[in-house]
Amino acid sequence: MTAHSADDRKAQQEYRLLVREKRPPKPVIRNAVRAFWVGGLVCDLGQWIQGLYMRWGGFDREAAANPTVATLILLAVLLTGFGVYDRLAQWAGAGLAVPVTGFANAMSSSAIEARSEGLVLGVGGTMFKMAGPVIVFGVVAAFFVALVRTLLVRLSG
Amino acid sequence: MAQPRGRQTWLFERVYLLSSAAVVGPKEGEGPLRDDFDAIFPTSYADQSNWEKAEQKFLREACDRALEKSGIQKEEVGLFVAGDLMNQITTSSLIARALSLPYLGIFSACATAGEALAVGALAVDGGHASAVLVGTASHNATAERQYRYPTEYGAQKPDTAPCTVSGGGAALLARRPGGERPRIRISSATIGKVVDFGAKNPLDMAEAMAPAAADTLEAHFADTGTGPEDYDLIVTGDLGIYGMSLLRDWIRRRGIDLGDRYGDCGAMIFSREQTEVFNGGSGTACCAVVTFGPLVRRLRRGELRKILVAATGALHSTVSVQQGESIPAVCHAVVLEREEG
Repeated sequence: MTAHSADDRKAQQEYRLLVREKRPPKPVIRNAVRAFWVGGLVCDLGQWIQGLYMRWGGFDREAAANPTVATLILLAVLLTGFGVYDRLAQWAGAGLAVPVTGFANAMSSSAIEARSEGLVLGVGGTMFKMAGPVIVFGVVAAFFVALVRTLLVRLSG
Repeated sequence: MAQPRGRQTWLFERVYLLSSAAVVGPKEGEGPLRDDFDAIFPTSYADQSNWEKAEQKFLREACDRALEKSGIQKEEVGLFVAGDLMNQITTSSLIARALSLPYLGIFSACATAGEALAVGALAVDGGHASAVLVGTASHNATAERQYRYPTEYGAQKPDTAPCTVSGGGAALLARRPGGERPRIRISSATIGKVVDFGAKNPLDMAEAMAPAAADTLEAHFADTGTGPEDYDLIVTGDLGIYGMSLLRDWIRRRGIDLGDRYGDCGAMIFSREQTEVFNGGSGTACCAVVTFGPLVRRLRRGELRKILVAATGALHSTVSVQQGESIPAVCHAVVLEREEG
């Protein structure tokens, strides 16, 4: 902030009120509805793929989870590579960001972007730039959850 | 010689805009101004192997075309003033390497076109160079990658977000008239102060830049003793659709009514029906291609006589934003007028 005087501060306050009045509103409800049904559809697709692996792939329910996730990732990476995923995600928002497809998109888009900087320092070094925080905080959160669970189990005897 | 007027304005005695050129990418080429650009590249790669090279191609193409139209040989150009959005303004420096001209690299983010014209005009009017080439370029994908996310990353953008213009603009300034006719003069420039009203959202740069535009316009009118009614058109660089209404209201509260002669390059370059335009165009090329293409052509056609171009820029970096700094903004204004006869 660079308010030098009381007048400056007053002007800034007045300006903030004007911005609040003029700024195009965020369509929160529309975004939430879209995220809800698109996100649900992605999960539905996952269920369906899992069903296919169980029926024709000879996997049991638990073992089918891995190829299911891999298939969803492959689809998301292909859509990212063809330049479609970001368009869909602009419309669907969190519906495509939260499922595993969003994670695949974050990694593949970073990799594509850095291709011109070379394979090692470009693709290799940049691939986890967007996805890195998810992994770091995922692992940290898992650690604490496991810690709490272990303590509870010990304490309850 | 340039004369200072008031606190922030320079009046130029004899500076002519001999020629200018604007080249754009495909999305800009589908917009409402498409007929007044010098070239439209059919793909955003512009036949190059990566987007950074495409951005350089835009700048080079604009410079070559401006030189060609001016009738001036490259060797006669005494100074090349250019800037862009890339870290260390590499686009401009790489083109300066290829042009092999004395070079001043500048940075005012999206207000670079204004700064380049002011610095170029100063050098010409002071007699330090008989001809000066000014230019700038930006590219949607290079700006996305540096300032926001990878281009294919699926982040949902709000309606206040800008859409960086892919293109390049260049102009040739000289003391001696010539080149395209009728003549266009650069008669004054108002150098902006850095203004910061505490805006922190890099996906809403209009909020940060509108007070800077108001500050510079106010200074320009006060220094030169003119008002909005003295211009056929007043344009800001890239406040966009919502930024226009912000500036209009904010400056009215300070007693200046911009009226219907006010426009914004970012709001003009795309139509609202185009996909993912959001608040409108931005980037160093936004103000440059609209001014050096459509606006200069309208001046030459006689549809406009005198215009005030107020290039707006947000001077943040991704690091400064992540460290919690608010977004400093600047606006440099230049007056272009048609000389009859």
